[in-house]
Parts: sequence; structure tokens; C-alpha cells
Amino acid sequence: MRTVSLAEREQTLSQAADRIAAKKHPGRILLAVAAACVVTWGALSMWFNPALDHETIYKYLTAESIRAGVMNTIVLAVISMVLGTVGGFIVAVMRLSSNPVLRAIGFSYVALVRSIPLLVLILFTGNLALFWSRVDIVNPFNGDIWHSWDMNDLVTPFIASILALSFNEAAYMGEIIRSGLRSVDQGQREAATALGLGPWHTMRKVILPQAMRVILPPTGSQFVTMIKMTSLVSVIAGGDLLTASQNIAATNLRTLELLVIASAWYLLVTGIATVGQTLLERRLERGQRKVSV
Amino acid sequence: MSTHPDALLKVDSVHKFYGDHHVLRGVSLEVQEQTVSCLLGPSGSGKSTLLRCINHLETLDAGRITMGGETIAYEARDGLMHERPRRAVDRQRQDIGMVFQHFNLFPHFTVLENITLAPNLLKRHSKAKSRQLAESLLEKVGLADKRDAYPSSLSGGQKQRVAIARALAMEPRVMLFDEPTSALDPELVGEVLKVMKDLAAGGMTMIVVTHEMAFAREVADVVVVMDSGVILESGTPDGVFTDPEHERTRDFLRHVR
Repeated sequence: MRTVSLAEREQTLSQAADRIAAKKHPGRILLAVAAACVVTWGALSMWFNPALDHETIYKYLTAESIRAGVMNTIVLAVISMVLGTVGGFIVAVMRLSSNPVLRAIGFSYVALVRSIPLLVLILFTGNLALFWSRVDIVNPFNGDIWHSWDMNDLVTPFIASILALSFNEAAYMGEIIRSGLRSVDQGQREAATALGLGPWHTMRKVILPQAMRVILPPTGSQFVTMIKMTSLVSVIAGGDLLTASQNIAATNLRTLELLVIASAWYLLVTGIATVGQTLLERRLERGQRKVSV
Repeated sequence: MSTHPDALLKVDSVHKFYGDHHVLRGVSLEVQEQTVSCLLGPSGSGKSTLLRCINHLETLDAGRITMGGETIAYEARDGLMHERPRRAVDRQRQDIGMVFQHFNLFPHFTVLENITLAPNLLKRHSKAKSRQLAESLLEKVGLADKRDAYPSSLSGGQKQRVAIARALAMEPRVMLFDEPTSALDPELVGEVLKVMKDLAAGGMTMIVVTHEMAFAREVADVVVVMDSGVILESGTPDGVFTDPEHERTRDFLRHVR
């Protein structure tokens, strides 16, 4: 094998006998034109629909409450993702533990959370005050109440949103991290153990760095999904982008316009996140080539 | 086998089960300081399991293994052997180097980082000192020029030599080799065996599970032949190879030759 420049390749081929003709794909052009027509027609008929008031879209697209909603959506997604990943790591370690009790707890958590729809989970955390109206810190000896909070002050809709999203994410990240940890060859753990390294050093220096190659790509797409899932917290007025746009729609009755505005922002934010994820994956792939074999 | 009071490592009536498989059936063995013991025997005879029991990669079901008078991974209390806390076992493992059949180098670290990882994390020396030690070990195994390479760019023989250096970096009292040349292409076996010979000549106490009969004959002080969980016989290479006591040993030696 020899690496050649494009010019060299042309040179060689131009002198070769029986050159192979480039293959023609007439069907592809036809398909592309047809698809472009359908998409353009759909977009135009929506955009120039008389039901859609362009003035309203321009007016509210960058309104202060919308911008605050976008910010909240990002903050909500990032915090929930971080908490969910930490929780997921704990769940993964429990599920891989040699302790059968920890294994059972980890398994039950994942099974439970994954079978309750996120929307239902959000309604639960949003209505926590119906379960426990107050949170008290009580002196266990004489029953004096040291401090007491109203649950509605403690768990605001924003906090409730973070709770629900993190608990949900921890279950899914738990499975992702578990498969990542399992992907590392058993011999790696044995080699570290044989050197006298303890479980913490073994995990942090040997297992986790190698598991990252498996964990990171799906975590990126989990984050993109998370950005979209934050919209569900609008049912408890979580203060996110959809909440903000629906609040406006509730006063001016321009439902459609504000959904278009929300979609535009979601498109932008998830678009940026997706580009970031693609870059990350490409970087990992490059590192992988260096590491593998 | 003659019993020296000063044996560095003693394996005493060790039993090991995998479910209903009796893998080690009361194995006893003594290893003198600065000697090379080669464990031979057909696959499934329990020699690798015995090796892995020595640094507690496998638990025991009965018996004890002591090094320098201290029981490894267990302590006797109320007539039973109780497993020591993980921290204490890890400390004991630092004195026992191990080399694996499949090298098990850390692929995300360079050659030098592989060697300095454990000494640095366990604060054996200053970082500068452990780096120095690593470099001299790489010199010893003939890979000084590969210190910044990643394991993926090395041949199998080079990987195994790095693995030996990595184990030596903890300055162990004994080195365990679990079929160190079995995963190598034939033309790479020699370079690894040469490093091991140098190590033996330097006075390292070694226990080697191997199928390399020539190596055992040339380097071993004691050859131990195992079969289905028991030690058939042990002795000097000359004794075992030229005049084996057991029919099974004769059988085995005929097959590997």
C-alpha cells in the first residue's frame, strides 16, 4: 500500500487501460427534486397560512419572558443532566455490585422509574405538597420543632421540575453507564488489583476513563432529548420555554404563533447541542483509533 | 520436597471449588527466596488458579498461603480463616507482582504512565523518583525508546515486556507469571523469555506457569507438575524431566515435547 495525492491518482488512472466509467444515478436526482418540492410546498403553505400572524411572531420571538424561558430550559436541562448522571453512576455501581441487596435496589429503581411516564413523575413532584404539606426538623428527644418549611416554598415548580427530570434521567443514565463499565475488559480490573490499587483508584484511573468511550456518545443524545423533555414541565408551570410561550398565548390567544416561536428556539438550542455532540463523538473516534488494538 | 524454615512463600493445603468443580485439592508448595519455580501441567490442572490464589484474585475455600510468615488475604481467628479488609489485602498485593497471559496493559496510558501509575497513586516514591525507576526498568526490558508510545502501537512481545516492567515498578518480593508467552506469536516468545531469564539471574523470586519446557529446564530451580488439582511431583528440572516418578508426568511430558 502507498499513500498518493489526488493528482497522482488522476495521473495513474489517465494512463491506465480500460478505465472504469463513473456510475450514473439518475434516480437520485429525481428523488431529490421531488423531496424538495414536497418540503417547500409544506413550509410555504404553513408560513403563508392566513391563520398565522407574522407580526405576533416577530413581536414575541425575542420577548423578555421568552428569553428567560429559553434560559430556564437550558439551566433545567443542564442541572438535571448533571444530577441525573451522578445518580446514574450510583445506580450503575449498585447494579454491578457484588452485594445482592444493592443490586436489587438498583434494579428496582431503574424498573420503577422507567415504567412511570415522565409526565406522571412531573405531576407527582409538582404536587408534593399534597403528600406532605410541611417539612419539619424535629428534636427526636422532646418533639420540639426546630424548623418548619411550607412544602410549596421548599419545592417550587422549578425545583419540582429538576427533581422529576433528574430522577428520570438517573434511571436511563444508569443503564448507559452500566453498559459502559461492563464494556471494559475484566483483565483491566485484575491488572489494577494485582498492582495493589484499591477499588476507588481502579475505578477512577483505569475503568472509568476506558468506559467513557462507550458512555459519552449516548449521553450526548440523552442531553439533546433532555432539552426537549423539559417542555413537559410546562404542566406544572416549571418556568421553561414552553411555559413562557403558553403564558403569552393564554393572554393573546395566539396559540399557533407562540408554538412556532417555541419550536424555533428548541430547534436552535438542540441544533447547537447536536453539533457539540457530533464534534465530541468525532474527537472520541480519533482517540479510539490511537487506543484500540 | 525438603522443608526449609526460611521459605518465602508457603502454600498450605489449599482447596478451591468452582461450584461442584474441585479445582485445587489440597495443594501444598514452598517457594524459597531467589528461586524460580515453574508450574507445569495440562490445561485445567489448576496451575493458573493456584497462581491467582496467591495474590487473592481468587478466594480460597480452605488452607492458607503465607509470605514471609504473614498469611495472605486471611487471618486466623476462632479456628477459622477470616478474609482481611480490602485495604489490608491491597497492601499485601503490592509485594506480589503479576504478569498476565494477555498483558492487560492500560490502553489509555502511555508506556511510562502504565509503569508509574501504581507507584504514584500509592505514593511509593516522589513522582520524580518513580519516573526515574520506570525509565531504568524500561532500559532493563529494552524498551527505553518506547516510553511515550501507547500500548496499541507495540507488538505482543513489547507489550509483555512493558507489563513485566509495570509489575517490577512496585518492587515486589515475588513475581507471578501466568502463561506469559502463550498469547505471543512464536517469533516474539524469545524476547520475553530473555527478560525473564535476566530477572531470574538478578535474584528475583519467580513462580511461572508456562508451557515453555526449554525455559523450565534451563531457568527453573524447581519444577512442579500439576494434574487435576493436585501436585503430581516436584523437584529439580533434571530430576523431573529425565526421570519422572509418575506415569502421568511421563505422559504429559511426552505430549508437550
